[in-house]
Amino acid sequence: MTINFRDETFRDDFTFRNSPEAIKRFPFPFHEDSYMYSVNMEPHKSYRPGSVYERTFDVDEHYVSEMKDRAKVLAEDPLRCQSLPHMTLAGWDLLELIMVSKAEEYPDLFELHRDGNKWHWINKPLGIDQKFVFLDEATLPYGPMEYITRQTQGDFAVLDQRDDNLWMDAGMVTTQADWSLDFDIGMNFFEWHAPVPKAHEMGIFVRALKFLLNVRQGAPARRLNWTMTVNPLLDTSPENYHKWGVMKQDLTMENMGEKMHLRVELQTFFRLPRSNALVFPIRCYLIKLGELVTEPKWGRRLHRVLRDLPEELATYKGFISNRPKIVEWLSKYDDGKPTSPGIWPD
Amino acid sequence: MPKTAFEPSIKSRPIYGTLEPRPGKSHLMIADAEGAEAILDLAKSTPKGMFDHTHIIYIPKKTGETFTGRLRELNPAQCYVGPSYEAALPRLRRVLNDAHMGLQVYLSGSEGLMGQAMLEATNAGIPHSAIQTEHRGSTARRMQCVHCKGITEDVTTDPFQCAHCGLHLFVRDHYSRRIAAFQGVRVDAEEPGNVPEPVERFK
Amino acid sequence: MSAGTDKIAVTVTNVVPVNELVTRFRFARTDGGLMPTFSGGAHTVVEMKDGATMRLNPYSLMSDPADRTAYTISVRRDDQGRGGSLFMHRNVKPGLEMVISNPVNLFPLDLRAKKHLMIAGGIGITPFIAQIKQLAASNGNFELHYSVRTASLASYADELSTAHPTRVHIYHDDKKQVIDLENLLDGQPLGTHLYVCGPKGMIKWVRGTAEGLGWPREAVHDEEFLAPPSGKPFEVKLAVSNKVIQVGEHQSLLEAIEAAGVDAPYLCRGGACGQCETDVIGYDGKFLHNDHWLTEEQHASGKKIMPCVSRFEGKTLVLDR
Repeated sequence: MTINFRDETFRDDFTFRNSPEAIKRFPFPFHEDSYMYSVNMEPHKSYRPGSVYERTFDVDEHYVSEMKDRAKVLAEDPLRCQSLPHMTLAGWDLLELIMVSKAEEYPDLFELHRDGNKWHWINKPLGIDQKFVFLDEATLPYGPMEYITRQTQGDFAVLDQRDDNLWMDAGMVTTQADWSLDFDIGMNFFEWHAPVPKAHEMGIFVRALKFLLNVRQGAPARRLNWTMTVNPLLDTSPENYHKWGVMKQDLTMENMGEKMHLRVELQTFFRLPRSNALVFPIRCYLIKLGELVTEPKWGRRLHRVLRDLPEELATYKGFISNRPKIVEWLSKYDDGKPTSPGIWPD
Repeated sequence: MPKTAFEPSIKSRPIYGTLEPRPGKSHLMIADAEGAEAILDLAKSTPKGMFDHTHIIYIPKKTGETFTGRLRELNPAQCYVGPSYEAALPRLRRVLNDAHMGLQVYLSGSEGLMGQAMLEATNAGIPHSAIQTEHRGSTARRMQCVHCKGITEDVTTDPFQCAHCGLHLFVRDHYSRRIAAFQGVRVDAEEPGNVPEPVERFK
Repeated sequence: MSAGTDKIAVTVTNVVPVNELVTRFRFARTDGGLMPTFSGGAHTVVEMKDGATMRLNPYSLMSDPADRTAYTISVRRDDQGRGGSLFMHRNVKPGLEMVISNPVNLFPLDLRAKKHLMIAGGIGITPFIAQIKQLAASNGNFELHYSVRTASLASYADELSTAHPTRVHIYHDDKKQVIDLENLLDGQPLGTHLYVCGPKGMIKWVRGTAEGLGWPREAVHDEEFLAPPSGKPFEVKLAVSNKVIQVGEHQSLLEAIEAAGVDAPYLCRGGACGQCETDVIGYDGKFLHNDHWLTEEQHASGKKIMPCVSRFEGKTLVLDR
């Protein structure tokens, strides 16, 4: 398998776009023509070769450019990556999980050679060749979590499990949907979800937590979440809200297909063996509305979902002011025909 | 001044209770201003001899001498009255550094005081849920600017201006124990310059 | 999805009598591969094919969590029990192929602790052995107080004392040696976490003493696997799968559900983890609740049951399975 890594930007001139192949494999999040919260968990098992569900950690054409963007965010604000002292072991667990999975599933891109605790890691797309001692922080340029997540797409929340709750005690968060790791680190599951409207009253978080506390070693789970973003911004952090918030004003009917993006998070959950922590990778996929409507089913369905979405959710997801324009633009791609069940293109 | 009643809010916003005596061989009480009244109320129901093993750290702020005499009359083993939380901090850290499991911590007064003292106690190894709190007095908030990370103390209006970077921020109920502050976010981020008139929400 | 999925096919590679009551078993992967690493305090559920009966018992892993060549467990023979430990002692020999679950940890170390204070009674020593190996490898601060009946029944006491002479303290019942718990707890620095594993009475004593001394609930951890108690046979209707099943005298409700081919979730099979919580649709009779999971109100409500350890006496019981 060869991946043609794109050289593109997620800031300034925004040259990000999806190839036709990337559009086909986009994880469209709506399985029906409406949306409401649910604990939509399923086992994270490999299926549909070529899809984002095939491998433990999906690597796609945006990999190299996303990692460059992450390095820029961290250079500007190192607080986007933090780990409380007791989470170092979980960081090693995560490093092992990612290195072993990538080396097995992408042997032409990544290699891991292990001789006891002497490890040799080769990351060809990023040109990294690192020899180090597993569990010895002094042999890596960064802490283990930071080291490996600078080489892996998606945000990572590493959760300690104690007192029948999950605690966000470490993370690498540079591509987030408007939440701050620096502010939320140390919070429990209910606290960091506190700003989410409606879902608490619906009992969503109580059920989700119960599920997550019981995620077992060797049996990871996954779900999708979504929002809307003007411009292909990976970094929609509260820290920089005053920089990207203004861009919402730039949206017009003319530039909608180019500027407006559906942002989908593939969230996965793995029990980590040595620390008993849970890692919660949040992988962000962006697609321009102009790209999305090349699949007629998705164009029809997204129109119906956004049109009928409860107002609180559109507010929380940050596109309430632009919703009328978005819905009007999408309506041109909805001929009223029925859509087939499931998320995949026809 | 009675215990403060707060509006229902989101799950990250701290909830304060009413101090009550708990078993333990030593007790640490930290209060500011009207928080002294919570300790005085607690003293009405403490078992005999409890104050022989109690250390009070009190910052009167603008209440001056109003409560200090009555606190001293409780005859605690140690009673410190200081000019500011910052001034009391080395003492507090020294006490926690040497304390044993079973120490009971009681916090009362403003949210800023309780939040900062709780942070010290949790860093020392006491679970936050085992620390008692009771709100009395000012409801002014300690705010962190999410953009520049600077802390603005005693915020009473919404929106307010960050004391560090000068941005106009709205006051969220989202609260971080690790920072001991609520979150402030730029109010005119989507329409720069469109800053609503500040409203006094906290006293 | 049953929590028993992702099982590991293993071969018994060693069976070692430790003393009169305790035997140690070593499991290596039948396919020759490596075992998953685990965290100290984790258990595995061992499947035993005892004639027509399938028994699944949880046992704490006591090997070094970093050693991926094999897992070891120690089993104390319980002559009055339902037969799981007797099966292990009598029928499990080197070379036998068995199935065990992936590790699950319901008794993890709190890695924030400035000090780990461990109290063990009898066979309750096993999770601590793995935890101590994990802590010793990372310069962790721990102290073990281990209460045993006699020196001859003190499983692993010598090994632990030799490896960690200043950190391990052994107390012999027959020499009237008792842990001076109140003094021990009184002097511990802030940030100490207390762990107890042993008989029910010991857990209650340690929890009660700690509470009386003002220790926070969150700093005290215990693990007690309940063996499913035997009792009168009873009949249950499973509404979802539309089956009527009989629960035998020495069988748990969960085992009877599984024997009927109905998939039911579980993790600990000992009334602690909550995974097998089941809704009651209707009943006429009396519940015999034995779990630590449901609240007293839930026990009284007649709406929930933990089929791993709880039973029923009466005319009819209908479950949402």
